[in-house]
Amino acid sequence: VSRPLHPHVHWAAPPSLSPRQHRLLRGQASIPSPATLPPPRPGSLSLDGRAVDPPRVREAIGREAFGPPPAYLDWLAARWRNGRGGRWRGRLCLGWTAAEEATRVSALGGWLGRQRRLLRMGAGRLGVPMERHGRAADTYASAGEPAPEGPDGRRRELLRRRASSASEPPVGSSASASAEGIRRNRPGSYSGAPSASRQRVESLRKKRQLFPWFGLDIGGTLVKLVYFEPKDITAEEEEEEVESLKSIRKYLTSNVAYGSTGIRDVHLELKDLTLCGRKGNLHFIRFPTHDMPAFIQMGRDKNFSSLHTVFCATGGGAYKFEQDFLTIGDLQLCKLDELDCLIKGILYIDSVGFNGRSQCYYFENPADAEKCQKLPFDLKNPYPLLLVNIGSGVSILAVYSKDNYKRVTGTSLGGGTFFGLCCLLTGCSTFEEALEMASRGDSTKVDKLVRDIYGGDYERFGLPGWAVASSFGNMISKEKREAVSKEDLARATLITITNNIGSIARMCALNENINQVVFVGNFLRINTIAMRLLAYALDYWSKGQLKALFSEHEGYFGAVGALLELLKIP
Amino acid sequence: MAECGASGSGSSGDSLDKSITLPPDEIFRNLENAKRFAIDIGGSLTKLAYYSTVQHKVARVRSFESSGRDTEQDHEPPYEISVQEEVTARLHFVKFENTYIEACLDFIKDHLVNTETKVIQATGGGAYKFKDLIEEKLRLKVDKEDVMTCLIKGCNFVLRNIPHEAFAYQKDSDPEFRFQTNHPDIFPYLLVNIGSGVSIVKVETEDRFEWVGGSSIGGGTFWGLGALLTKTKKFDELLHLASKGQHTSVDMLVQDVYGGAHQTLGLSGDLIASSFGKSAAADKEFSKEDMAKSLLHMISNDIGQLACLYAKLHCLDRVYFGGFFIRGHPVTMRTITYSINFFSKGEVQALFLRHEGYLGAIGAFLKGAEQDNPNQYSWGENYAGSSGLMSSSPELCPTQRFDLLEMDRLERPLANLPLLLDPSSYVPDTVDLTDDALARKYWLTCFEEALDGVVKRAVASQPGSVDAAERAEKFRQKYWRKLQTLRHQPFAYGTLTVRSLLDTREHCLNEFNFPDPYSKVKQKENGVALKCFPRVIRCLDALGWEERQLALVKGLLAGNVFDWGAKAVSDVLESDPQFGFEEAKSKLQDNSGIDVILGVFPFVRELLSRGTEVILACNSGPALNDVTYCESLIVAERIAAMDPVVHSALKEERLLLMQTGSSSPCLDLSRLDKGLAVLVRERGADLVVIEGMGRAVHTNYYAALRCESLKLAVIKNSWLAERLGGRLFSVIFKYEVPAE
Repeated sequence: VSRPLHPHVHWAAPPSLSPRQHRLLRGQASIPSPATLPPPRPGSLSLDGRAVDPPRVREAIGREAFGPPPAYLDWLAARWRNGRGGRWRGRLCLGWTAAEEATRVSALGGWLGRQRRLLRMGAGRLGVPMERHGRAADTYASAGEPAPEGPDGRRRELLRRRASSASEPPVGSSASASAEGIRRNRPGSYSGAPSASRQRVESLRKKRQLFPWFGLDIGGTLVKLVYFEPKDITAEEEEEEVESLKSIRKYLTSNVAYGSTGIRDVHLELKDLTLCGRKGNLHFIRFPTHDMPAFIQMGRDKNFSSLHTVFCATGGGAYKFEQDFLTIGDLQLCKLDELDCLIKGILYIDSVGFNGRSQCYYFENPADAEKCQKLPFDLKNPYPLLLVNIGSGVSILAVYSKDNYKRVTGTSLGGGTFFGLCCLLTGCSTFEEALEMASRGDSTKVDKLVRDIYGGDYERFGLPGWAVASSFGNMISKEKREAVSKEDLARATLITITNNIGSIARMCALNENINQVVFVGNFLRINTIAMRLLAYALDYWSKGQLKALFSEHEGYFGAVGALLELLKIP
Repeated sequence: MAECGASGSGSSGDSLDKSITLPPDEIFRNLENAKRFAIDIGGSLTKLAYYSTVQHKVARVRSFESSGRDTEQDHEPPYEISVQEEVTARLHFVKFENTYIEACLDFIKDHLVNTETKVIQATGGGAYKFKDLIEEKLRLKVDKEDVMTCLIKGCNFVLRNIPHEAFAYQKDSDPEFRFQTNHPDIFPYLLVNIGSGVSIVKVETEDRFEWVGGSSIGGGTFWGLGALLTKTKKFDELLHLASKGQHTSVDMLVQDVYGGAHQTLGLSGDLIASSFGKSAAADKEFSKEDMAKSLLHMISNDIGQLACLYAKLHCLDRVYFGGFFIRGHPVTMRTITYSINFFSKGEVQALFLRHEGYLGAIGAFLKGAEQDNPNQYSWGENYAGSSGLMSSSPELCPTQRFDLLEMDRLERPLANLPLLLDPSSYVPDTVDLTDDALARKYWLTCFEEALDGVVKRAVASQPGSVDAAERAEKFRQKYWRKLQTLRHQPFAYGTLTVRSLLDTREHCLNEFNFPDPYSKVKQKENGVALKCFPRVIRCLDALGWEERQLALVKGLLAGNVFDWGAKAVSDVLESDPQFGFEEAKSKLQDNSGIDVILGVFPFVRELLSRGTEVILACNSGPALNDVTYCESLIVAERIAAMDPVVHSALKEERLLLMQTGSSSPCLDLSRLDKGLAVLVRERGADLVVIEGMGRAVHTNYYAALRCESLKLAVIKNSWLAERLGGRLFSVIFKYEVPAE
C-alpha cells in the first residue's frame, strides 16, 4: 500500500511492548509492592451503577515503600502510623491562613521579601493585572470554529478577584467572632492546638467555618467532592450537633458508594489531619457531572440549606449549576477560580503527604517492565513547576510561587477525547472499561511507526524506529482496519492522546524553562500506562532534562482548593 | 490537485490505468531534449521532473557590416534584424495520479531520445514501491533521495525563484489567497510538513536544516481515524464530510462546561474544552459529518498549537505548511490558519505554498543536477507552460489529471536594486487585481479586446513564415484560455497584476515563436528617429537653460506616447500613420525609436554635459516595442557617431549601457540583472529615473527608494487616467526625495 510517507514523528510508545509488558503494564500488579495486592477488577468499578464494588486499593509506593499497609485496613492503625511516622502538620494548617501568610512574608524581609510582596501584588491583590489574567478566554484548550477572537478577560479577572478577596484577612474580626460566638452549634470547641501561639489559634477558631466542610469541583465529566470529617468532636459538641449534620456525616463516612454512580475513593482518605485546629479525616468522593441534578436533589432532601453552610465550588460546573443549587437546593454557591483552587490544593496536599507516605512520585525506568519502579519524590523545591491538569481537556500552568502562576496553554485533546473516541471506536461505556481494553491491546497494529516506513531508525533525523510516525496511520488501509481488535484501538487512542499531551507539555516546559512537570487530573486515575508513557516520553525526548512527576490524589486538587478557600471565609 | 483524488483509497496503485492516451504536446513537453529525470511518488500523486532545452526563435539586431553605406538614404534601416535559434534551459514538472504512472512511463520511454541519462532521482514514500517499474520501463537506475532533504531543497528553490510563492489563506475573504512578497532573505523559516504524521523542520541556510520536532497526529490520523469512525475510505471524501459537519454536537465546548455563564466570565463559549468530549456517552449516535468535522478540528488545532510552540521556541515567525493534508485543500488551510491565529494570538502567520506539491520533485531534481549548478542561476515561472493554482471550488475546477509547472532558466542571475528603501516590503505592482475586482474586470477585458491586434501584429512581424498564421492562432487560443482562467481564478499565478497579464502574454508569444513581433516596427522607428536626432539636438541647444529643461522633459514624455501596448495610442498609430513626434509633443506627454532616441538620449546628453554619470538600463529581452539592450547598444553607437558628448561619455564610461534582466513592459526592482545591481552599488547612484507607464505607473508608482527618484509617464489609458483622477494623456511626473 502506498501512502504519503513524509512523517518523521516522535512521541512514541515506549519501545518493545511485548505482550508480556502489556500484561505488566496493565495495572497495579505490574509494580512491585510490598503489600501484594490482588489486581483490581476494573470491570467492577462501574460508574453507571450496575455493580459498584469497593474501590480498588492503590499499591504502596515502590519497593522500599516507607508507608504501612494501605489505608483501608483500619483507620486506627493509620492514626497510629500518622502519629509516629508522619510529620507533624499543624504549621501547614496555620500556614494556610492569610494572617500567617502575611506574617511570613514580612518576616522574610529584605529584597526577597519585597519581591514576594511585589509578586503577590501582581497576583491581583491590589488590582494589578496578574500575568495569567492575560490569558483571556483560552482557559479552554482549543479553537472551535467560530469563536470570536480576543475575548474579554477582564470580567474573569473581576470575578477571580472577588473570589480571592474572600481570602483576605478579615477586617474587624472581633466583631464577627462575637457574632459567631452566639451561634448554637459552633464547631471546634475542642482545644488541641499543640504548640502554636494560643492566641492566634483562639482567634482562628472564632473565625472557623461552620461544619460541614465541603469542597466541590464540578468538571466537564466528573464532580469531585472532598469532605472533612471531624474526629475530635466532644460529647458536648455531638450533643449540640444538629441531626442533619450528623446524618450527612454518617452517610458519607459509612458508605463507599452513593447512589448508583457516586464513589468514595477510600484508599485516598487522609487520616488524622489537622485542619484549622480540628482533627479529622479528609474523604474523597467523585461522581459523574451528569448526576449533578441528583446531587442537588439530595442536598434538598437532606436539608443542607438549614445548616447555614457555604458551599465552595470550583470548575465550570460551579457556574453552570449555580442557579440549580439556588432554586432547587436553596443553596448559595461560593464560586471559585478553578486554577487558583488547583494550585492551592496541590500545594496543600503535597505538604500534608499521604498518611505518612509521599504524595508525589515518579517512575524510574518507566519503559522497562522489569526495572520500572514507582518511587516517592520529595517536592521540597516545588518552583518553578509546570502543572499539567488532564481532565476532560488539558490545562497547562507554569507555577512560580504559590501566588504567581500563569496558564501557559491547554489542549482539547484530553481525557474526554480518550474516553469519547474509545466509546465510538470500541463501544465501551466506562473509563475503566476503556483502560482495561487498552491494557490488553497493541497500538502498533493501529499506528504507523517510524520503522514501518524506514525499516528501522530514521537516522537522518535521529528518530528511533519504535517512534510513532502516524497515529492511526495504518488504519487508512482496509486490510489493516479489518485486522485490528477493539483492544488495539483503545490502546492506540490512549497512546495517541498521552503522547500528544507529553509533547505539548515538553514544549511548554522548554519555552518556560522549567524542568519538573507534574501531571495531575483524573485521566491518570488507574492509568499506569499513560503515566509510564508520559514519564518515559518526557525523559527520552528531553534527553533526561525533564522529570515527569505524579501525585496520588491526582484528580482532587481543585476540590481540596475549594475546601481550603471555604476555611478562609470569615 | 487533490493528492488523494479519485484513487485515494488504500488500494491505489494496484489498478494502473493503462488505457489513457496522453496528449503528448501538452503534457510531457520537450521530452526529446530531456535529461536529468527526478520523480517524487507520494501516497497517490506522482511528480515527475526533468530538465530540457527549448529552441526559441529570437530576433537579433546587428549593425551593418559595411560602414561605407550611405545611411542618408530615406528607407535605409539603421541595423539589420536576423531571426536566430536560441537554446534556453527549462525545468518541467508534471504532476499526475499514481494510477497513470505506468502509462506515463511508457510514454516517456517512447519519446525519450537522449541516451546520456542513466539515472533517475527518486523520492517520496512510493519511490520504493515503483522502483522496479521505473527501472524496467525507463532503463534508468533509481537513485533514492532523502524525502526531507528534497522537500527543503525544493522549498528553498521556489521561495527564491518564484515571486508570490507563499500565501496566507483567509476564508470568506475575496480572494481567499493573500500572496506574500518574497522576502529578500528567505531564511530562517519553519516548515511544517503534514503528511501521514507531522514533521517540523527549522531551515537556517540552503544546506543547513534541522528536524526540531513533530507529531504523530497528522494526515494519517485524520484519514485512519476518520475511516474507522465514518466508514469513509477516501481522504477527499472525509474532507468533504468534514466541510458539511457540525463539531459542536461531538465536542465538549466551554459553554457545555460553564453553562451560560461563559458570557459573564468573558469566555468564548465556542472554544473546545474537550474534543470528542460529548461522544463519551454510550448509545448516542453521531453523524459522520459531525465526527469528521470534530476530527478535523482536533487535528488542525493540535498541529497549529505545536507549530506555534516550536515557532516560539525557535523565535521564528515564518511558518510554511505543506504535505498532503494541506495540498491546496481549502478546508484544511482554513482550520490550520484558524488554529495558528488562535494559539499565536496573531504573532505567527500560517503560510502555504503555490507549488507545495512539487517541492519533493524539485528537490530531488536539484540533488541530481548539482553538477549543473542550478542554484547559481535565477529561474522564472513560465506562465504559458504552468497550470497555476487551482480554484478551491470544485465546480470551477474539475479534477485535472495533469498539473504542470515550467520554469525557465534566466540568462543572468537576478538581484534586488540596492537602492530600495526596504527590500522586504517592496511591492512592485501598483494595483492588486486579485483584490480590486473592478480593476480586474477592466484589465481582463482590455487584454481580451487587444488580443486581435496582437495576433495581427504577430503575423505581420513574420511575413516570410508559412505557419505564422497558424501559430498566431494557437497563441490567441492559449492566451485567451489564460485570460478566462484568470477571470475565474485570479490567484492562479500569484497576485494578478497588469504586469503579470503582460508577462503572460509575452510568455505565450514566445511559446509560439513570436519572440519580438515589434522588431520591424522598432527598426523603422529607430531609423526615422536617428535621422531626426541631430535636428532635435540643435533645437534644444538653441534654447536657454530653463527652457531646455522643460523641452527635454516634454520630449521625454512625448516619446512615451509611442507605445504600441497602449490601446488608445495604437488606435491612433494604426489609423493615422502620419501621427508624429511633434503632434505627440503638442498633445501632451521608453519605448523604442522616438522614445529612446528623441526623448531619452537628449535627456541623457543633458545630464552628461552637466558632468553626471549615467547608467542607461534597457530590457534584456523584447517586450512590445520597448527598446532592448541590444538595440540600445546599436542606437548609442549611432548617436555617438553623430554627437561628441555621447561619444566621449561612452568612451570614458560616464555613460554605461546596461540591461535590466527583464523582458516585460513592467519592472520588478527586486528582480534586476545582478550586473546592473552591482554597478548601481559601485557607482553610488543617487538618482533613479523610471520612465514609462509600465515601469512607473503599473509598477513602482509607490516604490520607495533610498535616493532621489523621478518617475514619469503619460497615462495612455483613459480608464486608468480616470481612476487616478486625470484625463487621457495626462502626465505623471513624480519627483521624490527620501525622507531623512
